[in-house]
Amino acid sequence: MANFLVWCVWFVAGFACLASALAVVSFSNPFYSALALIGNLASLAVLYLLLSGEFVAAGQVLVYGGAVMVMFLFVIAYLGDRTDESPWSGGPSWQVVGAVLAGGAILAEVIVVVGLAAGGFLSKPAHIERSFGSPEQIGRLFLTDHLLAFEITSIVLLVAAVGGVVLGAHARQPEGDARA
Amino acid sequence: MHGPDIQWYVVLSAILFTIGALGVMLRRNPLIILLSVEIMLNAANLLLIAFSRLHGREDGQIFAISVMAVAASEVVVGLGLIVAMGRRHVELDVDKLRTLRG
Repeated sequence: MANFLVWCVWFVAGFACLASALAVVSFSNPFYSALALIGNLASLAVLYLLLSGEFVAAGQVLVYGGAVMVMFLFVIAYLGDRTDESPWSGGPSWQVVGAVLAGGAILAEVIVVVGLAAGGFLSKPAHIERSFGSPEQIGRLFLTDHLLAFEITSIVLLVAAVGGVVLGAHARQPEGDARA
Repeated sequence: MHGPDIQWYVVLSAILFTIGALGVMLRRNPLIILLSVEIMLNAANLLLIAFSRLHGREDGQIFAISVMAVAASEVVVGLGLIVAMGRRHVELDVDKLRTLRG
């Protein structure tokens, strides 16, 4: 019974994930695309929960669904309504055909490689304890084995914050300014 | 482990990555290209967490959290560039940014 319920949740979350990703790519208004991406991130958080990644799921909803997407929506609202054409309008061009072929090639490659290299081995997941993926475990790993990654992440975030401020400050200069 | 095996997650992640790559290749609006890059990063994150579950070690989840931080940084810089384009009244179309073309 529990198994059946997990499968149901997996199918709903996986379908929502794919449908909202397609919506992000095909909406012509970027505001709707950003809203669809929020749905995509939320359904991915459900899949993370099924994989016992509780802390990552919470971080996904907070950092991605909250902070990053609010930033996106603010920028889209700031830039105003600039609807552009949908990629499917106006018949298939060479660019569309090439992109779809390349995408199909990526997909086929991944699935063939997975089938050849790791078929049987993927269906035997390791036994895990209840504390797997809990904030306590993640925090302990971050401060012991992966301390360097933790520190580098903080520097990357600092550099990105400075970069954002610099880009915003340059954009504020008048258009004829020679220093721009 | 209840529910689907890891290969289902691998296939889902491959499809998601393909959709994101199609978005990057097909769309010309830089905002939607950034959103599609987010989809690709999230497909990679799903794979990292699935393999972390497969091996029973949390290192993959640590990696996924680091990827989230890098993605947040990338969004800050990308949106900064797009706001700079908007303030200079450049049209939001990556095919029309050709000043650097030789």
